[in-house]
Amino acid sequence: MKRFKGLLLVLSALLVLSLGTVVFAQEKGKIEIFSWWTAGGEAEGLQALFDIYSKLYPDVEIINATVAGGAGANAKAVLKTRMLGGDPPDTFQVHAGKELIDTWVKTGFMEPLTELFQSEGWIDVMPSGILDIVSYEGDYWSVPVNIHRANVLWYNKQIFADNGLTAPQTFDEFFEIADKLQGQGIIPFVIGTKDGWEAGHIFETVLIAKLGAEGYNGLWTGATKWSDPKVTEALETFKKIMTYINPDHSAFTWDEAYEYIIDGKGAMSIMGDWVAGYFFSKEYTDFGWAPVPETAGVFDALSDSFGLPKGCQNRDNVINFLKVLGSKEGQEAFNLKKGSIPARTDINKDLFGDYQKSVMADWEKDVIVPSVMHGAAAAEGWVTEYKDVIALFVARPDVEVTQKALVQVAERAGIPQQ
Amino acid sequence: MKKTREEKILTFLFILPSVILIAVFVYGFIAWTGWVSLTNWKDVIPDFTFVGFKNYIDLFNNLRFQISFKNILVFTALFLVASIAIGLLLAILLDRKVRFENVFRSIYLFPMAISFIVTGVVWRWMLNPGTTITGSLGINMLLDKIGLGFLKSGWYTDPNVGIKAVVIPAVWQMSGYVVAMYLAGIRGIPQELSEAAQVDGASNWQVYRYIILPLLQPITLGAVIILTHISLKIFDLVVAMTGAGAGFSCDVPALFMYDTTFRGNFFAQGAAIATILLIFVAILIIPYLWSGLRGGN
Repeated sequence: MKRFKGLLLVLSALLVLSLGTVVFAQEKGKIEIFSWWTAGGEAEGLQALFDIYSKLYPDVEIINATVAGGAGANAKAVLKTRMLGGDPPDTFQVHAGKELIDTWVKTGFMEPLTELFQSEGWIDVMPSGILDIVSYEGDYWSVPVNIHRANVLWYNKQIFADNGLTAPQTFDEFFEIADKLQGQGIIPFVIGTKDGWEAGHIFETVLIAKLGAEGYNGLWTGATKWSDPKVTEALETFKKIMTYINPDHSAFTWDEAYEYIIDGKGAMSIMGDWVAGYFFSKEYTDFGWAPVPETAGVFDALSDSFGLPKGCQNRDNVINFLKVLGSKEGQEAFNLKKGSIPARTDINKDLFGDYQKSVMADWEKDVIVPSVMHGAAAAEGWVTEYKDVIALFVARPDVEVTQKALVQVAERAGIPQQ
Repeated sequence: MKKTREEKILTFLFILPSVILIAVFVYGFIAWTGWVSLTNWKDVIPDFTFVGFKNYIDLFNNLRFQISFKNILVFTALFLVASIAIGLLLAILLDRKVRFENVFRSIYLFPMAISFIVTGVVWRWMLNPGTTITGSLGINMLLDKIGLGFLKSGWYTDPNVGIKAVVIPAVWQMSGYVVAMYLAGIRGIPQELSEAAQVDGASNWQVYRYIILPLLQPITLGAVIILTHISLKIFDLVVAMTGAGAGFSCDVPALFMYDTTFRGNFFAQGAAIATILLIFVAILIIPYLWSGLRGGN
């Protein structure tokens, strides 16, 4: 009887404690979350995160501060003025890698999150490939919410089936297919260049194809020179791809141009796997995918992450939001909509579609390289100038001039080219 | 009438707040931008090492800046000539005592009430040339339908047209304003002058050529100044309609400034572009202000 009483006491104490924690979890106030997720699948992914957060902290008002524009073209400008003006949003989307480290961490705008990584056990469930690019001087600085693959060739399955085609493994095969489709009045390669970065994205995957993972990584450290004949080869290949594109490309952003693929008027394109999320949101499922020709076995990666800026208004609410971001539930809900894969490896893979399952398998076995156009490989200044050079190349395809310009851009970024 | 000392102090006190605000927020920031353009600031953290005119020299060697600078000159020239020619023509026609003049006046002036962003989006669709697959779209489709297919163009998607296609909506939007200016000018010319000329046997053409047009000169000058400073600073229309365009064929310095400053973190370079734009606007405005001040005295 005495023991029973003791047990009862312990139980009731536990009950009171648990009630207590429920009460403590009732945070109040606001949280402002800054991102550039406004299009189809990505906006839905963000909403899924908000839903989880609101369930846990119903009294916290979420301010969804989004600025439209792919790859954060406009959002980053708005963010910069706010950060420099001493009015940081509570938390903001930032590409893991150089964009996070060089722009915000080295300059002292962020708070380290190492304690959070330890207490939430993220160090054990996220692969080192991703932990490496969010760390600097032994601390972790942002919570990665997803992994995207940039080197994916998308194609309209129906068109390929009608013509008895299979996804090209090499660029020679790619051009054969393109010739064949062009003869039938189908746009072989769809691209929208309105935002200016799309061509730079495609060229980065061609660089990987021609230089290999190691050679490509060397471009950003100085081990590979931009004057390398393989870079010339990549430019030549890219130039040839650009002869198969829709002529109205400069009127469209990438997603507007992809209507051609959905409508069966365009056959192929190269873009990151946010395309999968876009296709889902358009209820288009008849798409095929493959690694960009000659890049099988290489995973061109980028990651969206959120950090904790110094001096934000609602620090506690942000920490709670970051916990949701890094949680199993949060990562699953977000990535199911967004079309990317979770940064955690211990999630339930069965929830995901075929496309994401194949990416998860590749993520575990492929060689991982950082994407340049999406902020992982190089500092923002270099990325901007690289983007401009390639955008100009689309209209003025002069290989020699462009390669010289790429050499100069690398030199200005502090990577000697001699 | 002489002001008393007290009145003078009071007047001074009344204008003092605006003087201070303008001194700080206009001239102070202009000076600050000028100073930044001479520094080595190319990261989110300022670096105020003095580098002289290095940013300007780099800028004029920068291919994108060369293109955008040439674009803005082409844009300004075409925009000015077209707006003023159309504006003047419509003003003269309206002055011929047409029926429903006020209706026409409102129609011409109305585009000015729309923001450049809206204009840009609408004209992006109208000037989308379409492809071999979609067939002609927008204006091209219209040209096809009325049998003027040979006038079809790739518009802003064609690197050879580029910024010239942006002139069309700009003129559409601003020429109504020029109409209003000229119409006011024409109505302000005393009727007796043209009547006297007609009594002397001048034809309609001669009345316009030798009496009205010369007297409209101050209006033309005003229109040139206003249109040019809008044109040199143009940003929103280009952003909404084309972006930098194929091979930067639609790029303008203001857009490049935004890109290099806020995406590339090249703050000093951005400040240099701003300063160059300011100098060009000043070259136009200062003689105008000066002549205005002298005229006032």
